[in-house]
Amino acid sequence: MAIFLTKDSKVIVQGMTGATGMKHTTLMLGDGTNIVGGVNPRKAGTTVTFDQGREVPVFGSVKEAMEATGADVTVIFVPEKFTKDAVVEAIEAEIPLAVVITEGVAVHDSAAFWALAQQKGNKTRIIGPNCPGLITPGQSNAGIIPGDITKPGRIGLVSKSGTLTYQMMYELRDIGFSSAVGIGGDPIIGTTHIDALAAFEADPDTDLIVMIGEIGGDAEERAAAFIEKNVTKPVVGYVAGFTAPEGKTMGHAGAIVSGSSGTAQAKKEALEAAGVKVGKTPSETARLAREILVG
Amino acid sequence: MDLFEYQARDLFAKHGVPVLAGEVIDTPAAARAAAERLGGRAVVKAQVKVGGRGKAGGVKLAADPADAVAKAEAILGMDIKGHTVHKVMLAETADIKEEYYVSFLLDRTNRTFLAMASVEGGVEIEVVAEENPDALAKVPVDALEGVTPAKAAEIVAAAKFPADVAEQVADVLQQLWTVFIKEDALLVEVNPLVKTGEGKIVALDGKVSLDENAAFRQPEHEALEDKAAANPLEAKAKAKGLNYVKLDGEVGIIGNGAGLVMSTLDVVAYAGEAHGGVKPANFLDIGGGASAEVMANGLEIILGDPDVKSVFVNVFGGITACDEVANGIVQALALLKSKGEDVTKPLVVRLDGNNAELGRKILSDANHPLVQRVDTMDGAADKAAELAAK
Repeated sequence: MAIFLTKDSKVIVQGMTGATGMKHTTLMLGDGTNIVGGVNPRKAGTTVTFDQGREVPVFGSVKEAMEATGADVTVIFVPEKFTKDAVVEAIEAEIPLAVVITEGVAVHDSAAFWALAQQKGNKTRIIGPNCPGLITPGQSNAGIIPGDITKPGRIGLVSKSGTLTYQMMYELRDIGFSSAVGIGGDPIIGTTHIDALAAFEADPDTDLIVMIGEIGGDAEERAAAFIEKNVTKPVVGYVAGFTAPEGKTMGHAGAIVSGSSGTAQAKKEALEAAGVKVGKTPSETARLAREILVG
Repeated sequence: MDLFEYQARDLFAKHGVPVLAGEVIDTPAAARAAAERLGGRAVVKAQVKVGGRGKAGGVKLAADPADAVAKAEAILGMDIKGHTVHKVMLAETADIKEEYYVSFLLDRTNRTFLAMASVEGGVEIEVVAEENPDALAKVPVDALEGVTPAKAAEIVAAAKFPADVAEQVADVLQQLWTVFIKEDALLVEVNPLVKTGEGKIVALDGKVSLDENAAFRQPEHEALEDKAAANPLEAKAKAKGLNYVKLDGEVGIIGNGAGLVMSTLDVVAYAGEAHGGVKPANFLDIGGGASAEVMANGLEIILGDPDVKSVFVNVFGGITACDEVANGIVQALALLKSKGEDVTKPLVVRLDGNNAELGRKILSDANHPLVQRVDTMDGAADKAAELAAK
């Protein structure tokens, strides 16, 4: 089953013909992703040959690619200047899932495409921006999460951070993951912790959920309230940024403590109050998950 | 990026928000001519990026140009909540009849924009929000539609602005929205927005915060940065394109990925509890690539921090392979040596993930006297803390 992405997902790549797009399309193909096309209006009609002679056609627009291939997922690698237009194009084509990898997207652009997605009735699920994407190990990989860290299994993972996602997948690689979703650390993101928690709760192939948060905003607090009411599966949590000073952006555009709000301590307390076991370090968090699943 | 009041005022003026005439100076002597140009009387206002400067004595009325010099002298160099005053703004005086509050900001929770307005301005808006929440109107603004005349009227009505100023305030709201959109702001706030004796609406004081991610289409914003106030190490790191934040501890930190680096700081602080309370000295995310050059740049910044006693390099190889990172560290140390930098602080390196074995072997083979390998994050943090405590 997994969430949002399976072996049946037909994936296109916006920005496939750029250097980053080429590199990661090669890696995604290597992980078994069914990549059915790329999008670049200036190279429409051509094909790109990847490893093992795999040929991927390039289309002029998301709409054309969907019509020709039945694509239902797009992974977006275009530079930040053009990201808004790329996401808007994906939303207008009503593709069910748009994964926005690009880092450094202006908040006004994210706010605009998020508002458009809502106006269109949320026909397009957006993941990101500034995220590593998502992987369903053994089936499909839509983004830049390394496919060889872990194997298929029964842990669901949702995280604001890319490298902490990798770290956690690595620590629990012997148990394996149903899906891992990197939602990104920007102030405005599409898919939230809550969306992923709800999907993992409904996924029969997920037995336990690991949730990774960080300072800034109140997404973790709201996720805690959601868990208390709606999640029956065990949830293990980790929050980064206890030592972050007030008013400083820590790498991710959204990772900032403003006054007394958005602190790691408040997030940890909210999660614990909702019955989530929260680890002090990534390793301890992995141990907590292991104890629950393996004993 | 938060702006000074005078910078906010300039952006307001650029987009048609009514403001008073003002001049920025950084020496008391310059206050005389500035005050003369403003008509003699002027308000002298400390330019600091912190609230409560009025209470701290950072805002004074000068009766004439000579008095402006005296007031500027008193305020320049003042310390307001840890911020030294390097500039003052001399502004025209206003005959204030009423004080209001308006702002637009990013509403992260609802993933949209929010207008806030109150007829009880002139005080800290957090206080109004807490003590009299009904007096603070909050109106969501759709990112696609923006502040139309109808939306401006809705905000004015929600905050119950008096009828005699309703139209003017609605105009100011639309002008202020233009600032918010055109300048890629995360916050534009006017407090107070005043009604003068003549019944005019003027923005008397303002706060603007800009989105640094929009730099690609806001080339003019770079000049607004307060380079003088930046920590010298932060400024140096920024010039090298590194994502660095100076902290007050002793363990220098280098890692890849914002989340992992934040986590590394926490793990070091946690480990430090057993080693005399040592703490992380900085945040430094070298990103995915971690080439020798980037590693060398990072190490140079951190080793140049006199507070640093030990360094913890924490890398998880995702797409990046750990052998490349290990080579990067070895080459970086050689590069620093060739540049004549005296590397004397111990480095603890933890490599995990993609090609970790190969990376660890490279470090072991290089056998650098200052480099220690510890293969778990918690263990490496403990070692780095222990070395810093010595």
